[in-house]
Amino acid sequence: MSYTSQLRELIKKVEQTREKRLGNEFPRMTPEEKEDVLSNYHPDHIEEQFRDAKIGPNKGDKFPHELCDVIEAHPSIDWEQFDTSKIDYDVDVLVVGGGGAGASASLLAHEAGADVLLTTKLRFGDANTVMAQGGIQAADKSNDSPATHYLDVIGGGHYSNVPELVRALVSDGPYVIDWLEDLGVMFDKEEDGTMQTRHGGGTSRKRMHSARDYTGAEIMRTLRDEVLCRDINVIEFSPVVELLLDKEGKAAGAVLYNFETQEYQVVKAKTVIITTGGLGRLHTQNFPTSNHYGATADGLVLAYRAGADLAFMNTVQYHPTGASYPEQIEGFLITEKVRGLGATPLNIDGEQFVYHLETRDVEASAIIRECAKGKGIKTPSGMQGVWLDSPMIEKIHGEGTIEKELPAMVRQFARFGVDITKDPILVYPTLHYQNGGILINDRCESSVDNLYVAGEASGGVHGRNRLMGNSLLDILVLGKRAGKNAAEKAKEIDNEKSELTLEHVKNFVNELEEQGIEKTKTSPILIPDYTKREEN
Amino acid sequence: MGKKYSVPSSLTIMKAFEYAGYTLLRGCGCRAGFCGACSTVYRLGGNHELKVGLACQTKVEDDMYLTQIPFYPYHKVQYDIEKLQSDGDQVVEIFPEITKCLGCNSCSNVCPQDLKVMKYISHAIRGEISKAADESFDCLMCGLCTSKCPANIVHYKVGLLCRRLHGKYIAPKAKHVEERINEIGNGEFEKELDELMNASKEELADRYNNREIEK
Ligand SMILES: Cc1cc2nc3c(=O)[nH]c(=O)nc-3n(C[C@H](O)[C@H](O)[C@H](O)COP(=O)(O)OP(=O)(O)OC[C@H]3O[C@@H](n4cnc5c(N)ncnc54)[C@H](O)[C@@H]3O)c2cc1C
Ligand code: SF4
Ligand code: SF4
Ligand code: FES
Repeated sequence: MSYTSQLRELIKKVEQTREKRLGNEFPRMTPEEKEDVLSNYHPDHIEEQFRDAKIGPNKGDKFPHELCDVIEAHPSIDWEQFDTSKIDYDVDVLVVGGGGAGASASLLAHEAGADVLLTTKLRFGDANTVMAQGGIQAADKSNDSPATHYLDVIGGGHYSNVPELVRALVSDGPYVIDWLEDLGVMFDKEEDGTMQTRHGGGTSRKRMHSARDYTGAEIMRTLRDEVLCRDINVIEFSPVVELLLDKEGKAAGAVLYNFETQEYQVVKAKTVIITTGGLGRLHTQNFPTSNHYGATADGLVLAYRAGADLAFMNTVQYHPTGASYPEQIEGFLITEKVRGLGATPLNIDGEQFVYHLETRDVEASAIIRECAKGKGIKTPSGMQGVWLDSPMIEKIHGEGTIEKELPAMVRQFARFGVDITKDPILVYPTLHYQNGGILINDRCESSVDNLYVAGEASGGVHGRNRLMGNSLLDILVLGKRAGKNAAEKAKEIDNEKSELTLEHVKNFVNELEEQGIEKTKTSPILIPDYTKREEN
Repeated sequence: MGKKYSVPSSLTIMKAFEYAGYTLLRGCGCRAGFCGACSTVYRLGGNHELKVGLACQTKVEDDMYLTQIPFYPYHKVQYDIEKLQSDGDQVVEIFPEITKCLGCNSCSNVCPQDLKVMKYISHAIRGEISKAADESFDCLMCGLCTSKCPANIVHYKVGLLCRRLHGKYIAPKAKHVEERINEIGNGEFEKELDELMNASKEELADRYNNREIEK
């Protein structure tokens, strides 16, 4: 589906202003201007879209409605009848989730001598990690330092981040890059081995490392291969539907659900690591999402029922540039690297209205504001959007740059008849990332004993807004720490006689009943329901 | 699926399944052409040729008969990357079947990424590891090539091994990464990080708003 004739007419305006815009940088916003656009246009600031959590450790905190809905739902298993004494797997460390955080946690736990079981909902590796295109940050160049990185992270997060987590992130960053290089990840490098690095929104140094625009895929397939090359037991298509605790309320295992046979299995473990990723598929505020199919906040639900604290759940990241045309790829991510290379957002008149490398929350809010002003472009399916002037990249860096730097992007659009080297792209913010999550410390411990968390499921490191490239970094920094610490803790635990219970689930259900919440819904929902809705 | 459905022509195969009321439990992951989970086989009415594609990236057509295939299985190959050589024989030693390639090009013809699959396999046979790595880089590991190969070659695993060998042994190491690790190990940034961790929000905001930004 190439552009309609109406859109073609509008593209002419973009072309008309291109020469004039070349070399003329649009000014960055002042701190006051940023505050203004955020408080008036960022979805996090729309009060009606949030409500107080009625039960659990964060009772009274503001959560998005969609999150409250899954947290205040009933368990999906019949916990009263469920037999927890028949144990199917008995391991040292159970890793829940097969994305980048889960894979790295498994590798480190295995290296520390633990017997590891990794279980995942979809195929191993089918996760948000595989979709990350833009890159991974790490302060490893001579003009950069962990402290400089620290300041960028905490400024981007509006000074709300948990400092010890930021410190872990920036200090372990270069080690993670070294580790990946050693596992055989093909980073983009100069002839002499120097990493090619670029800016991302909000970075003060060029510290974005990439592997073409398949950075996450390259990292994920390498980690997955390494896991499969070792004696780590992997179970696919078997999501965890409930955690199991011991009599003292410590994490001690989980209940697996076999999608195909619809049978349950019990895992006994000395320590449990949650790496289930984020909540994109809950479609907060009805936004389309860039996330993979299984991103339904399962980890939050499981941990919350077990008594873990959540943090920063009143903030969600909307990526400024999701595709709003063609219809087949609505919500699909246009990597920030496109702006990093110089593509700028433009309104219906072909005019720029915001600097192209503001932090994501600011950039997204500015796009929403422009559309609210009536300066957006309506697509045939009824969505709106602004132009992202991709051909500008070729003007700045020379012809062929897009093909070389953004092959995935070119291919994605070409499949549906759009040539992004010649025509601009229509974009609108898309639900992209769970800023918050299960609160952890820098050892990846949650507030429940023996329950570790890493990756997007965890909360605290990015504060109220994450910068591009810090997530791929965080899943590996914290994934490695979680694996190592969970394995070491497991060595101290003798669980031979301990019993697995669902007592916490019973208590949770009691609380639900006290609050008058009837059993109309169950969670975790595992798979979003698209049979009744068309947009996704 | 044995039934006939009418769906809007703008839908992809994946969305058409859902439109028709099916919930996908397998064969779905990223929904955006990155994970290779949604390999699908189809045929168009009146035409015998079996076609393949990614369900999330292929639009429906009139008279389409389709089914999703499970991920194409491979024989499990384990190696210790630390103990491998980056020389010509290494890949053939691990995947001896690649030398049986018939040159039929079926693999390249079905690749949804338009990769020159046969070409990267021939690079691998000749021990041109870096070329095979480069040529196979955009592989989604969807397995469609493997489903067609008369020589039972698991192309995507061969490509992956070549990329790992290239990344680990052939591409020069980034010296600046090593240097930085040494500096961190020596505690060179501890003081500055301590300061930042203890700074007030105002101090941090002041430093952040006035930080120098690399051109
Ligand atoms: C399109 C896109 C582009 C991105 N680009 C970048 C980028 O350029 N740079 C960057 O730093 N970050 C990027 N991000 C963010 C980053 O990729 C993710 O935040 C990160 O990969 C999350 O890793 P994870 O391991 O925590 O979770 P995931 O990779 O999402 O893995 C979660 C895993 O848990 C499984 N799971 C879920 N529920 C259950 C359950 N109940 N039981 C068992 N398993 C379960 C899932 O199936 C999945 O395998 C991007 C994200 C997206 C969506
Ligand atoms: S090379 Fe094979 S596995 Fe890789 S994308 Fe092409 S068809 Fe799929
Ligand atoms: S399909 Fe198999 S035999 Fe045919 S060209 Fe490809 S690798 Fe060779
Ligand atoms: S679902 Fe990932 S490639 Fe189609």
